Amino acid sequence: MTMTTTAPETTITASDEVPTISISREFDAPRELVFRAWTDPELVPQWLGPDDIATEIVRWECRRGGEWAYINTRIGGEQDFEAGFYGSFHEVREPELLVQTFTWEGWPDGVSLERMVFEELPGGRCRVSATSLFDSFEARDGMLSSGMDKGVTEGYAKLDRLLQRLG
Amino acid sequence: MDDDRLDRVFGALADPTRRDLVARLAAADATVGELAAPYDMSLQAVSKHVKVLEDAGLVTRSRDAQRRPVHLEAEVFDLMEKWIERYRHLAEARHQRLDALLDRLQGRDTPPNELPKEA
Repeated sequence: MTMTTTAPETTITASDEVPTISISREFDAPRELVFRAWTDPELVPQWLGPDDIATEIVRWECRRGGEWAYINTRIGGEQDFEAGFYGSFHEVREPELLVQTFTWEGWPDGVSLERMVFEELPGGRCRVSATSLFDSFEARDGMLSSGMDKGVTEGYAKLDRLLQRLG
Repeated sequence: MDDDRLDRVFGALADPTRRDLVARLAAADATVGELAAPYDMSLQAVSKHVKVLEDAGLVTRSRDAQRRPVHLEAEVFDLMEKWIERYRHLAEARHQRLDALLDRLQGRDTPPNELPKEA
């Protein structure tokens, strides 16, 4: 990206063996601060969620067994959009580990387990490794393809063409 | 629009044997007999797995050739890669907003050209 960026960009791995998505990224800030940005309800909405979508925290009990919930809203643009997400905090071990469940309101039967490991790096930096474990490959792939907007449409069009050719 | 088709793709890939078949077909086309060789299962069972992959559009079989080798349609996997890349892009955008927040919290100014796009 920009020349001044020393951190490697986000890396993502979707395993073939287990229905997971693993995301890793380094941040130029001490681990305690990064952990705070991840857990403080004042700070979370300032970075979470896509660029054009607002995040409103509804519940946020950041302790073991506590609940969380937020609503994502997009007003204007091509279409209005609102989606609620909720789950519980399973483990909050400042400043190294955060384990949460994650569910989209639209599909309450589906739940993923999110595990965020905050690793201290030399020079006051921090690496966050986040793993989401889904209950099926379909759910994992559904998440990967969620919010695809243009991408999904392109993907469908491509699949259509392919299937037409086969048919 | 075509959720059924995508469901079939994901359903097909939800099975470990079929993922293994796909991995082997990524290396080279193979007949059902060749595909079945390493497994402790009947030709019919392997053939059934291939049929699921075929119905999902993941593989094709030539209609005329005697051997009817199974061919992997790599194009479908491009679709998956595209999804992952798009997902990565969204995560990176989120992380850049977090970069900017962490800079603010530490009293550092974020150069304007690095400011992530605001809502």
